[in-house]
Amino acid sequence: MIDLLGYGAFFLSTALIFGIITLGLNLQWGLTGLFNVGIAGFVAVGAYTSAILTTPETADRLGGFGWPIALGWLAAMAAAGAAAAFTGFATLRLKSDYLAITTFGVAVVVQLVALNAQGLTGGPFGVAFIPRPFAGLQGDPLAFNLANLAVIGGVTLAIFLALERLARSPWGRVLTALREDERAAISLGKSARSYRIQAFAVGGAVMGLAGAVQAHFIGFIAPDNYVPTLTFQVWAMLMVGGSGSNRGAVLGAVVVWALWIGAGSLSSALVPGDWQARAASLQIVAIGVTLCLILLWRPQGFFGPRRGGGME
Amino acid sequence: MSLQFLLDGVISGAMIGLGAIGITLTYSILRFSNFAHGDLMAWGAYAALVAVGAIGGLLGGVAPIAPLSFGLPLILATLFAMAVACVIALVLDWLLFARLRARGQAIIVVMASFGASMALRNLLEFLFTSSPAYFSTALQIARPLGLGVRITPDQVALLVLTLVLVTGMHLYLTRSQRGREMRAYAQNPALARVVGIDVRAVIRATWIIGAALAAAAGVMVGVLVQIRPLMGLDLLLPMFAAAILGGIGSVPGAVLAGLIIGISEAAAVLFIGAEWRAGVSFVILMAVLLVRPTGLFGVAER
Repeated sequence: MIDLLGYGAFFLSTALIFGIITLGLNLQWGLTGLFNVGIAGFVAVGAYTSAILTTPETADRLGGFGWPIALGWLAAMAAAGAAAAFTGFATLRLKSDYLAITTFGVAVVVQLVALNAQGLTGGPFGVAFIPRPFAGLQGDPLAFNLANLAVIGGVTLAIFLALERLARSPWGRVLTALREDERAAISLGKSARSYRIQAFAVGGAVMGLAGAVQAHFIGFIAPDNYVPTLTFQVWAMLMVGGSGSNRGAVLGAVVVWALWIGAGSLSSALVPGDWQARAASLQIVAIGVTLCLILLWRPQGFFGPRRGGGME
Repeated sequence: MSLQFLLDGVISGAMIGLGAIGITLTYSILRFSNFAHGDLMAWGAYAALVAVGAIGGLLGGVAPIAPLSFGLPLILATLFAMAVACVIALVLDWLLFARLRARGQAIIVVMASFGASMALRNLLEFLFTSSPAYFSTALQIARPLGLGVRITPDQVALLVLTLVLVTGMHLYLTRSQRGREMRAYAQNPALARVVGIDVRAVIRATWIIGAALAAAAGVMVGVLVQIRPLMGLDLLLPMFAAAILGGIGSVPGAVLAGLIIGISEAAAVLFIGAEWRAGVSFVILMAVLLVRPTGLFGVAER
């Protein structure tokens, strides 16, 4: 029973971290209509920034700054936000497809830097010994997991409330206006490009924060964590939850993560060893097909308001 | 310094350019950037691999055409691969893209192509696992070409094939009735409808051309490098960068830009290090978007 509770806390923590990423995507896509296929890249920028700034000194890698975790998280938001702002600056005066292609490129380049800039990122071996919140409690897994869940739940709630407020603020209403009727909004004197860059940057910062939170929760990061599958999972979470709704984003993240974990453990229990990798591929095929089916038949998702944002 | 990198760049650039033709046509005619294009390439390569195996099984070993590493089976298999890629593209359009296009929000179609790409790629991993496969394991001796540059017979054959395909494509788009219709539709869809152009036929032709060229490029990558489920994903960024650098809608532009990117990549491998190769197309992409978003031969979007 205690084990189950501990596992439940662990599962929910992981799911809520995805929830934070999905909230960031919801600001970019659901509210503003900006398509980001490089989510993994922005998450990685946040994770690596915080990890490099907070880890103890290592011989073969930049580090040893020894920043407190909270400062690392803020720096992660700043770095990922800056990366997103630059991406937006370069592409948002052009057609929306160019943003999609560029974000895809950002993810490729971030992956490349993570793998090859050994002096900065530790290369393929990643960064280890990232300080974990409540490390003192690690002897008691239940207390450790519950304490971390409290922190991660708190961060999720804070981001959720902040984004809800932002969406209702004059700033958020401009974004909605731009999405619904760009010409009308521009004729009211709102700079479409500048507002979109801001929204993209804030969304990127939220993704970076999620990356940092995850890095400190697990204590170890490697380039393999930030492959296109991550981007894809987050998109599935937002589409299942219902884009345009922050509540839908978090619920979608929890549900899709539960299905993902469930399917994973089911296949590892049922599928013989040499077929495991194939079963994992089939799992991604299933998500891809689901994403397409949702786009076709239920573009408003399952947990959002009736009128899905970004879709009409 | 050896000039070999120029030749290496031209060869990989030819494959990028062939793939970029499909991307640039889909973008200018169907008005969305197709993230599943690289996976058509990979599916083409695997279809050819299966066909070569089947032909070999039926007829026993067929001797390759000396001095090439491949023979008639691969040529037939390439035609089969083109057909398979066309069928996948047309079915995807019918099931998915056409329906979403009808709703009028282009970016949803992009997202659907992203989902389709994930599904297609992982289906390949499911069927063939992620370990690389080869058409032939025979070693080819590269022959000297002068100035310290060496080339294998396979490379010569595939460069000639690329030249033929690209020239044919260019003539088709500029001289044939359907090609003119495609360009007209790309320039002004509403007007094209008014003058009675069969839009469905134009869309079909776009998919067929794009998919067939992608499959050809996939087979080329398979012959010269190797076949992997991820091969299309790895070429996606170079292909997008080539389509944009060349100017959306321009076939000669896409090919020329493909060559530029291929040579830049080869230069980066030589002067910076092979591990940074994949970053080259991003740098070029960003430079084009910041300096001249219409690319080399593009016209400003209306």
